[in-house]
Amino acid sequence: MAFLEVQGIEKCFGNLKVLNKIDFSLEKGEVIAIIGSSGSGKTTLLRCLNFLERPDKGRIIVNNKVIFDASDPTTQRESEVRKKRLHFGLVFQNFNLFPQYTVLKNVTLAAELLARERPDFKQEKKAILKEIQERGKLLLSQVGLSDKLDYYPHMISGGQQQRVAIARALALEPDILCFDEPTSALDPELTGEVLKVIKNLAERNTTMIIVTHEMDFARDVADRVIFMDDGVIVEQGPPEEVFGNPKEERTKQFLTRYNKN
Amino acid sequence: MNEIPVIINRLSQSFLLNCRLFILTLLFALPLGMLIAFGSMSRFRPLRWVMRTFVWVIRGTPLMLQLIVIFFGPGLLNMSFSWPNGEAGRFTAAVVAFVINYACYFSEIYRGGIESVPVGQYEAGLVLGMTKRQIFFNVTLLQVVKRILPPIGNEVITLVKDTALARIIANKEIIMMAGEYSNKGLIWPLFATGIYFLVFVGALTILLDWLEKKLGYFRV
Repeated sequence: MAFLEVQGIEKCFGNLKVLNKIDFSLEKGEVIAIIGSSGSGKTTLLRCLNFLERPDKGRIIVNNKVIFDASDPTTQRESEVRKKRLHFGLVFQNFNLFPQYTVLKNVTLAAELLARERPDFKQEKKAILKEIQERGKLLLSQVGLSDKLDYYPHMISGGQQQRVAIARALALEPDILCFDEPTSALDPELTGEVLKVIKNLAERNTTMIIVTHEMDFARDVADRVIFMDDGVIVEQGPPEEVFGNPKEERTKQFLTRYNKN
Repeated sequence: MNEIPVIINRLSQSFLLNCRLFILTLLFALPLGMLIAFGSMSRFRPLRWVMRTFVWVIRGTPLMLQLIVIFFGPGLLNMSFSWPNGEAGRFTAAVVAFVINYACYFSEIYRGGIESVPVGQYEAGLVLGMTKRQIFFNVTLLQVVKRILPPIGNEVITLVKDTALARIIANKEIIMMAGEYSNKGLIWPLFATGIYFLVFVGALTILLDWLEKKLGYFRV
């Protein structure tokens, strides 16, 4: 069984079916790019994986453990959902950095709060917090922001903010890192720096699911591409096949439209 | 002429009542407003309905009327509860009326502030494994405080001047005191009361500006 198995996910908002029988799997170290037009359900799929939406049907299995099963309420307990979320990290389109904290604190805050639950926190407080700080600094140096540790989010550019958001998501060492159109809210000249960071992560075998409109980037970085339309997976395969030789008519139409723009 | 220091002394004494009413109202109304705000945002519909109706009634009727109802209501309705006799009772009734009235105004400001924090902040906290409580205290709260500080400041300044309404139920606050002189034909004490309010509001304005500057280090 693959590291991540998504089986038969369905999700309705009212009468609108936004996800229909979604099946896919992901191996450890693999990068999947999800492409498709707006409203095709890509974002909702990521939100389901991160427990921000609850699918109406289907199962999510990570590392041979069923972490969500729509037909089994015992997998949906609020208290456990919080821990299960930590399998996944999510980088938002709009960054969603915490404005009142410095860049470094944005990265370390969640880890510090989680550390309080450790039984040895009281005795080892100083050492634990120092370790979290060091790790935060290391992650920020990896995204090229060592010189911005004490800046507040409004003082740095959108591209830099998104790189902070990536470091923040990495701080909790998720098994799978999800990106929801990470460059869509950025000026064109700033997308490059963010894509470079993501590409770096891919080269270090980070397991990732990337929803993106950057076709060249998807082709370059992904091991597999999923094309979604109207809530279903129309086609999936290696990037050379999906981009170079699409089988489905809808994929062809989408890619032609894209190339024209 | 040597009456002037005596009058000023009595005005100052009576202004203390305004100050006490002001401080006690803030002390209780600021937290009570938070409870009402959570009630009026509750997912439990009856609670939400009750709270919003309550806020509507309190904001929809004059504070002056509320003072009268709260002070005279128990006696007129033959309730077993009654206010203590004399000054203490009148003052307590005024505090209760002011707290209820201002808590409702504060609750609406809180509600607006909480609802104006982008949902993405909450979701970012969730995906980072925070509990709802942690998100409220570590992510949302300070952003809400920053947003609501100007409207809260407005209400607080209004409250300073509203304390004069306590005289409706015979609390001897500063304007009532000055009124006793004007009834005798001495008009200047009434004008002098304005200076007390001006100085108080001036000090508050400086404090509020300072707080706003303190929170100016980040943007929401």
